Amino acid sequence: MKERYHTDRRLLLVLAAVVVVVSVAYLVVGLNSRSWQYALSLRVPKLMAMIVTGAAIAFSTVTFQTITNNRILTPSIMGLDSLYLLVQSAAVYLFGSASELVVNPKLNFLVVVVAMVAFAVVLYAMLFRSETRDLMSLLLVGVILGTLFESGASFIQMVIDPNEFSQLQNKMFASFNNMNTGILWIAGLILAATLVGTARRLSILDVLALGREHALNLGVPYERVVRRLLIVVAVLVSVSTGLVGPIMFLGLLVANLARELIGTYLHKYLLAGTSLISILALVGGQFLAERVFNFATPISVLINLAGGLYFILLLLKESRA
Amino acid sequence: MIELRNVSKQYDGVNVVDNVSLTIEKGKITSFIGPNGAGKSTLLSVVSRLLKRDGGEVLIDGTPLEDWDSTQLARRISILKQSNQINMRLTIRELVSFGRFPYCQGNLGLEDWAAVDAAIEYMELTDIQHKYLHQLSGGQRQRAYIAMVIAQDTDYILLDEPLNNLDMRHAVEIMKTLSSLVQDLGKTVVIVIHDINFASCYSDSIVVMDEGRIACAGGPECIIDQSVLSNIYQLDFHIENVNNNRICVYY
Repeated sequence: MKERYHTDRRLLLVLAAVVVVVSVAYLVVGLNSRSWQYALSLRVPKLMAMIVTGAAIAFSTVTFQTITNNRILTPSIMGLDSLYLLVQSAAVYLFGSASELVVNPKLNFLVVVVAMVAFAVVLYAMLFRSETRDLMSLLLVGVILGTLFESGASFIQMVIDPNEFSQLQNKMFASFNNMNTGILWIAGLILAATLVGTARRLSILDVLALGREHALNLGVPYERVVRRLLIVVAVLVSVSTGLVGPIMFLGLLVANLARELIGTYLHKYLLAGTSLISILALVGGQFLAERVFNFATPISVLINLAGGLYFILLLLKESRA
Repeated sequence: MIELRNVSKQYDGVNVVDNVSLTIEKGKITSFIGPNGAGKSTLLSVVSRLLKRDGGEVLIDGTPLEDWDSTQLARRISILKQSNQINMRLTIRELVSFGRFPYCQGNLGLEDWAAVDAAIEYMELTDIQHKYLHQLSGGQRQRAYIAMVIAQDTDYILLDEPLNNLDMRHAVEIMKTLSSLVQDLGKTVVIVIHDINFASCYSDSIVVMDEGRIACAGGPECIIDQSVLSNIYQLDFHIENVNNNRICVYY
């Protein structure tokens, strides 16, 4: 068993080293003596945003998969990123694209986070009111509400002024060229606070993976812990969606890759591995998109292509097992 | 001592457990028997806080269930349900180490690993402790789960149909283990069981449930009785004394 953790630790070190190398390459490749200061002032915040986003996606996806005991789900099934679109659309519709709520990125972000957490709290309150209702019905309710939010958002987008719509469009697609770096510090702080808050209790996730009854038997107050973790998931989804737009699909890809690569069930290794792979996918993908494809292909296209192929492979494998 | 006072549990307005009052004594094997749907498993889940009850009180060592700190309670009482589907790649040793969670919150010290080793040894799983759960036979897996409960080292051990899907040899092994847990380690074991002859041979006390209520309770000598059982199960029972055990023939 010691052996197993040893390999996992070595794997994590290698991954970390690769992440550092790729990050440095992303920063320095193509710099020239005249414009290096300007280029770096663009690239450093982008790199930071990718690290924050990568970690937020990794944590939210792995935690959500552990709670639902399902490897092919991401938090977007709960309609959290559709809600993001709806809140943004509603803000533009109700207050206009010139209002403080839309223009001020920090205020906008905080409002979105509050709305998403409030939604999560209401949804989970509905779930845990009755114990005969299980997690699957929560997911179903989430799927239905997600569709509702999406329709609501597109309805608003139909009726608003076309000029306002173009404002809104910036927020609707995942893009690292058009990142919301204004909220980087707030997003980073929220991420750091959540990580510090959960770091000491990562072993609870290991127990939750055993299922509700085992967790209760081992003294984990299941309902309370799960509710709290789902709120953490909602916050982290807001962080990544707020920074770059809806990109939860990446979580599916990286969480499953990490589960394949890392032998142990221990979440401290699993989460570290997923975060590293997630950051690597983002930084490496952005490096390719910017320096190799010269901005011709957006990174979300690359990630969706790779993710889609992997998802199909995963389904084929699961159906055979 | 586990004390139940007027405990009720309803599903969709139907009383599955109906006003049950009972005392489960320490240091004994207590078996719950009765027809399907009598409320035995539900009662066990209510006592072990897996299900919330709709009425009444459950006292563990004199303290009401909800006044217990959840970690402290997990050191006092453990439950193993009949279906244990775990979606993880775990070895036996890793599974058993989860039993120490109430003591160390996942950071196992030397003492905890010693308890894990002892539990594995007790269930005779030492040779296969590094095998994965999905590689095991049904009997081995059941022993692994019981080893986890032993590592949890609780005074009260609740088992919901521990003999499910086991052949006769493995069933006897499990029952012998349970009675040695009571005799050697002073544990209190409560089981839900369908095989009435196992209940008769190994229990100190038998509780018969029917339609959510306790039909009768007592030692095997008074419960394993033709008129009592025929009444509950609607079958013709024939009871013989074999080697000082009361054996039912009802086939």
